Amino acid sequence: MTSHQPSAISHLEGRGLPLRGHDIDTDRIMPARFLKAVSFEGLERHVFEDDRAADPAHPFNNARYAGASILVVNANFGCGSSREHAPQGLARFGIRAIVGESYSEIFQGNATMMGLPCFTADPASIARLQAAIESDSGLTITADVASGAIAAGALRIAGALPPASRDAFLSGQWNPTVMLLDQFDQVRAVAARLPYVKGF
Amino acid sequence: MPETLFHKVWNAHTVRTLPSGQTQLFVGLHLVHEVTSPQAFDMLRQHGWGVPFPERTFATVDHIVPTSSQKRPFLDVMAEEMTIVLERGCREFGIQLWTPDDSRQGIVHVIAPELGLTQPGMTIACGDSHTSTHGALGALAFGIGTSQVRDVLASQCLALDPLKVRRIDVNGMLNPGVYAKDVILTIIRKLGVQGGVGYAYEYGGSTIDRMTVDERMTVCNMSIEGGARIGYVNPDETTIDFLRGRPFAPQGDAFDRAAAWWRQLASDRNAVYDDRVTLDAGSIEPTVTWGINPGQSVSVSERIAGDPKDEAFAFMGFTPGARVAGTKIDVAFIGSCTNGRLSDLEEAARLVRGHRVAPHVKALVVPGSQAVRKAAEARGLHEIFTQAGFEWRGAGCSMCLAMNPDKLEGRQMCASSSNRNFKGRQGSPTGRTLLMSPAMVAAAAIAGEVVDVRTMIETVPA
Repeated sequence: MTSHQPSAISHLEGRGLPLRGHDIDTDRIMPARFLKAVSFEGLERHVFEDDRAADPAHPFNNARYAGASILVVNANFGCGSSREHAPQGLARFGIRAIVGESYSEIFQGNATMMGLPCFTADPASIARLQAAIESDSGLTITADVASGAIAAGALRIAGALPPASRDAFLSGQWNPTVMLLDQFDQVRAVAARLPYVKGF
Repeated sequence: MPETLFHKVWNAHTVRTLPSGQTQLFVGLHLVHEVTSPQAFDMLRQHGWGVPFPERTFATVDHIVPTSSQKRPFLDVMAEEMTIVLERGCREFGIQLWTPDDSRQGIVHVIAPELGLTQPGMTIACGDSHTSTHGALGALAFGIGTSQVRDVLASQCLALDPLKVRRIDVNGMLNPGVYAKDVILTIIRKLGVQGGVGYAYEYGGSTIDRMTVDERMTVCNMSIEGGARIGYVNPDETTIDFLRGRPFAPQGDAFDRAAAWWRQLASDRNAVYDDRVTLDAGSIEPTVTWGINPGQSVSVSERIAGDPKDEAFAFMGFTPGARVAGTKIDVAFIGSCTNGRLSDLEEAARLVRGHRVAPHVKALVVPGSQAVRKAAEARGLHEIFTQAGFEWRGAGCSMCLAMNPDKLEGRQMCASSSNRNFKGRQGSPTGRTLLMSPAMVAAAAIAGEVVDVRTMIETVPA
């Protein structure tokens, strides 16, 4: 099964895409009508589709940020629905990492399992990073998985990843299925002990 | 050492600590629907993985099913294809599936408790954030994404970090016209839409103790709207009475043995919590959202406060200082995994009886499951609703997220018993949602505008 194992992710580098606002939910990232499909293919075309239609100045419409790969967001990004279509759409759009104040748990977990790291940093640092990108969209941003350090020009930010996902990215074990299957006799042993599995 | 239900159930299902430091947790019940599973089945095929515990997974179609005619093939080609793909996956991997031609079909979070699949002490997972609903019966129920659906299918396990536990006590009597929906909307307003991130919410106190399982499901359902991935209520005699006799619950002597195990799972009296919050039930009023997240709510008679630059004001068409009461509505929707159960329909019907829906309002009632629909019809509720001018539909998620033909149009304003008022949630990018209890939706449908349901209740015998 080694061919199915993803590879390690230790360093990310690219231009930034600043998206301001708290509590941006997954219905906005990927409206439900685009979940009517049996694969994730083509979702990049619909990322923030309704927000972009309503606001021509939406950062995802802005040509200055075309090709950017590091999304910079505020608090509680990805709240609401558990749809993995949201991070799938972002990744297929070209986003390789997200830096933000905070995330919903399900979104962050989904993104991690796809190999899309979600770094956190304090609100003041995020505000500085968003402002720096807005004033120079060509700025190269780097993010280091091991230390969490984020750099953009002269700006240095102390970011962080949850320890489990940090280690998973560094080891290349961020897709856990193989690990979960690794000692399957233990899974069967737990099942056999549970009264509702073995029968009351 | 005294423990919470969270820790007892978590520990009983722990397989091992993974090299990542996360816990490998056994999943006792896996629920599947058509929207978040097709890619997971494909991943299994790509990797050559099987489903080792197919008897622990149950599937239904709910999100995309039409509620007007549920005859196959569905008129919507994509809805039909998604159903066929789910049928194929379930057949291939030996999973029980209930489609609309089976009387057990319905919204996944309505049917599992109704069938007795959901039981205290279980770990439950489903590719749907409202899986938190099942915590009402004392289970730990996690909403998951599609890659995790793959993991549960392939291994019956999840890799998870443990959560902290926040005890939320609600004490005292709810006033007439105040419902479980108002309780959870008030909790979310107080703690915020992000307040629960990293926490499991344990709901208790005399108000929760007195609630029916249906009401507890409404509360637990919206835990995720407060950021908490799971919410639960400790199992008690109400829980046990609810489960007795249900098809998938233990039967006979086995039920009594199960009940004994369930009782001991409740959090110990001296259990230590990471945080505690207390609310006075008497202070809770009929609550309505005015904004674009479920934390943006007010009591029906209160003035909306907030920063006028908040995009919610422009989107919804409100101004700071305004009241939601008196807001003209275009659509009234009673249904969803939050409030689409028999008791919700009964309370709405009690208020609707003898009235007419305002002429400019499109009003629909969508039962949460076929069993709810059948039970409601046996009580004549469908006649009360249709005589009043409501449309009486088949079971499904419907206008909660508008993946079927039930959608808002343009900037329509909808009084809705569902769970999310996000921009575009009900199918029109500019459509607007006011979340409230089903009784408040019924009152709004009749008045044609948002009204305080208490003004109606005074004239209706209990």
